[in-house]
Amino acid sequence: MSTIQPKIGEPVSDELALVQAAKSGDVEAFEELVRRYDRNVFRIAQHITQNREDAEDVVQDAFLKAYSNLHQFQGQSKFYTWLVRIAVNEALMRLRRRRPERMVSLDEEVKTEEDSLPREVADWSPNPEQQYNQAELRDILTRTIQGLPASFRTVFVLRDVEGLSTEETAEALDLSIPAVKSRLLRARLQLRERLSRFFQRRENGKEKEKPEPGDTDQ
Amino acid sequence: MKCQEFLSELTNYLDGVIDARTKAELEDHLAWCHNCYVVCDTTKKTIEIYRDSQLYELPEDLRTRLRSAIVSKCHGRKKSGPERV
Repeated sequence: MSTIQPKIGEPVSDELALVQAAKSGDVEAFEELVRRYDRNVFRIAQHITQNREDAEDVVQDAFLKAYSNLHQFQGQSKFYTWLVRIAVNEALMRLRRRRPERMVSLDEEVKTEEDSLPREVADWSPNPEQQYNQAELRDILTRTIQGLPASFRTVFVLRDVEGLSTEETAEALDLSIPAVKSRLLRARLQLRERLSRFFQRRENGKEKEKPEPGDTDQ
Repeated sequence: MKCQEFLSELTNYLDGVIDARTKAELEDHLAWCHNCYVVCDTTKKTIEIYRDSQLYELPEDLRTRLRSAIVSKCHGRKKSGPERV
């Protein structure tokens, strides 16, 4: 079985020059950095906050905060990792504000091993996505990932959706590498478990009724 | 190798960050344990589906609007000097 190929390649080599220019007040250079990463920041923010307006605010606030604090960026990490760290903090702040009744933390204690043990081991259809139309599929994927605890969701999004390395994810979230790996494993297994309901192979002649996209077990 | 041990290495295996010996042991387990094979395969599909899903794409008009707001505020901050945070 082949391994997962990362999506994002090395940063463009002129990036440090853009950061330097922006540091000395070149707003156009900073605008280029915004252009490069605004879509990523928006996706990350919306995954964390689960709210479109909040995600828009996070994009603005994270870039403005980055601009104002560029002098603190030392260049030991990639600019993108540094920016993601700012964006994640902004997004978590908004999530906490919206759900004050629930403690939201990336350090939240994860449950026992049991919660990640696979229960559903039926194989999936060869092209599971094609069982549903695009809108249904988006609905299934969105609801499923929204059911994960914020700490798992965030690690999964940074590692598997945005393609950050384990080390970069640890740095962006201020977590240890073992903590990132443990959350990532649990996030992947829990998502797999939940998606199995929708994507498992259906036997010929014994067609089971497809679950409704909104019908998740959270 | 037991299934539980296989699961604990699953993330390293899928990310390709294990040594050759552990990889061989995992693949040996996969060859006879159908359940772990299915879990491994469907976990890989889960990751690929999310990675390719393009959930939450930023619409171009909103993107332009956000960018001009950011740029105009940056110009404002430039005039008033660096902000203390």
